[in-house]
Amino acid sequence: MIKTYAMAVHDVMAEEMRRDERVFIMGEDVETLGGVFGCTRDLYKEFGTERVRNTPISEAGFVGAGIGAACAGMRPIVELMYMDFTFVAMDQILNQAAKTRYIFGGNAKIPLVIRGQQGIGRGNAATHSQSVETFFMHIPGLKVACPSTPADAAGLLRTAIRDDNPVMFFEHKALYAQKGEVPEDIDFTIPFGKADIKREGTDVTIVANLLYVGRALEAAEILSGEGISAEVIDPRTLVPLDMNTITESVKKTGRLVVVHEAHRNAGWGAEIAAQVTEDVFPYLDAAPIRLGTAPCPLPFNLGLENAATPQVADIVKAAKTVLYRI
Amino acid sequence: MIEKDRARFIYQTMNRIRCFEMKAVSLFESNKLRGSVHLYVGEEAVAATVCSQLSEEDYIASTHRGHGHCIAKGATLDGAMAELMGKSTGYCKGRSGSMHIADLSKGNLGANAIVGGGIPIATGAALASKMQNNGRVSVSFFGDGASNEGTFHESLNLAAVWKLPIIFICENNLYGISVPSWQSTSVKDISVRGQAYGIPGITVDGNDVEAIDEAFRTACQRARDGEGPTLIECKTYRWLGHWTGDPQPYRTREEIEEWKQKCPIKRYRTKLIEQGIFTSEELDGIEKEAQAEADRAAEFALNSPEPDPAGLLDDVFYEGGAQV
Ligand SMILES: Cc1ncc(C[n+]2csc(CCOP(=O)(O)OP(=O)(O)O)c2C)c(N)n1
Ligand SMILES: [Mg+2]
Repeated sequence: MIKTYAMAVHDVMAEEMRRDERVFIMGEDVETLGGVFGCTRDLYKEFGTERVRNTPISEAGFVGAGIGAACAGMRPIVELMYMDFTFVAMDQILNQAAKTRYIFGGNAKIPLVIRGQQGIGRGNAATHSQSVETFFMHIPGLKVACPSTPADAAGLLRTAIRDDNPVMFFEHKALYAQKGEVPEDIDFTIPFGKADIKREGTDVTIVANLLYVGRALEAAEILSGEGISAEVIDPRTLVPLDMNTITESVKKTGRLVVVHEAHRNAGWGAEIAAQVTEDVFPYLDAAPIRLGTAPCPLPFNLGLENAATPQVADIVKAAKTVLYRI
Repeated sequence: MIEKDRARFIYQTMNRIRCFEMKAVSLFESNKLRGSVHLYVGEEAVAATVCSQLSEEDYIASTHRGHGHCIAKGATLDGAMAELMGKSTGYCKGRSGSMHIADLSKGNLGANAIVGGGIPIATGAALASKMQNNGRVSVSFFGDGASNEGTFHESLNLAAVWKLPIIFICENNLYGISVPSWQSTSVKDISVRGQAYGIPGITVDGNDVEAIDEAFRTACQRARDGEGPTLIECKTYRWLGHWTGDPQPYRTREEIEEWKQKCPIKRYRTKLIEQGIFTSEELDGIEKEAQAEADRAAEFALNSPEPDPAGLLDDVFYEGGAQV
């Protein structure tokens, strides 16, 4: 069935709440408003306001309450209106959710999903446009998912909800309206730790997530017009990370470009470039290139925002650079 | 009764804010302005009255709904409108937009897009004033919804135990986006939360200039006398959607209409005429002036240059001075 990315998220939450009464949603404005981006639209009508629960503006409180409720037998989905607001709840996420099971000697289960949208595209400026997924892969104990299509959103979110671990689930505001085929099977899941080759190619490997999968595919199309065959890989989850698919690709192409909207400096692309360099160095014909957002807060002005973030032309240029075709 | 000069400032400021924002809406609707623009229409009495008692040296920290505070604290409409349009002539060189606009030269520590984000910052400015013994006060503006963030509670306690010269102004407009205050906030009057921290808390009609003025005078005196903070809750109402195009399924048309009848500008106008401070012609003049100023600000912003991308990485750090 063709649906938008936002509807894919919406429908999976509804289906999972129907399937398992321990699943519930809490977050700001999720009831009558249906969330600022519509991901919980009308769900309160079917499930009631106990299970589709408006919270006060108290992120540290309700994110932490999600951990406690998960420990005590529920399966909460905590919606953050903007994933930038994880920073308001960072202690609960990084010091608590991520560590609880391990430091309790493996005696706790935290089936918690913290989800919401992030990124550029709406002129929301510095504190409402960030891409923050990298923070959560640095601290062990959290799974990190980043879907780039409606089907991936559906399959990964269902896996996240059924997972007994805390999952950070990053949607992208500029993808919500994107349409695509989504399997109707209410058990359709995509396993974590399985990258997806979005386009096959032989000359250069481009790894991207979220909004940048689309931009990498655009770049690949332009490159093919110039006789360059690019392979585009979406890791889909950063924890666990499917390095195997990436290294196999690099073994074939010998060239790696990683592009993301997260800041380039110490972004997750650095981890991928480092692992590729460690693991398959002999196959590399050029030093990997990382593209990411510039080392400044995201400016409000659109021209500045464009200057701060990688553009399709930058991806094309990077691919040609690793191929020494520039 | 408020002295003539201040009364003029308050009336003028409320009108400047109203005209500025209505202009911003029309620019937004004609796609000349983008991003998140949270409007203060209906709540102007709070910023205008509070700031009428402040000097340029005093500090304020504001919110995502910050145009009113910014203008009342001394911003020009030109610079503010240019910032909303992301132009290089804006207060923050086009980097902040509506949600982060700041004018440090006038003691405005900025709008703040993180709900509750400005409350500790205002508290810190008050700490500095106390340490420097310079007689300045800080005002922290925030919404009813923000009073459920930890930063609110931590800041009230800090300010209370340190007896800081700060006034916490809660603009209770009865909603945080779609969530009614009764559903999210444990108390009907947020002012009672002052008690938990051992500081005075008072609720006033936030659409009544004189009521705000009186409560704020007492609080300001207390702060300047070194006796510590006060929490003032101003009950008011946001006339427009939380964002342009907000379908507002969470409230009724009747409720909105009812509050429009309590327009703070109209109310104060009537008062000023009754009190014989200004004639209606004089007040008409002030209104016209405000409208003309907003129109000019839009022209100024439209004709201003975009920021040069070459400056993208400027100001991430302060590059001058001693590096320790
Ligand atoms: C930490 C944080 N959480 C949530 C939001 C999203 N948000 C923006 S405005 C708003 C409502 C704020 O309500 P209130 O404090 O009452 O101020 P009002 O908008 O009513 O003036 C919310 C939830 C945010 N910007 N920051
Ligand atoms: Mg409010």
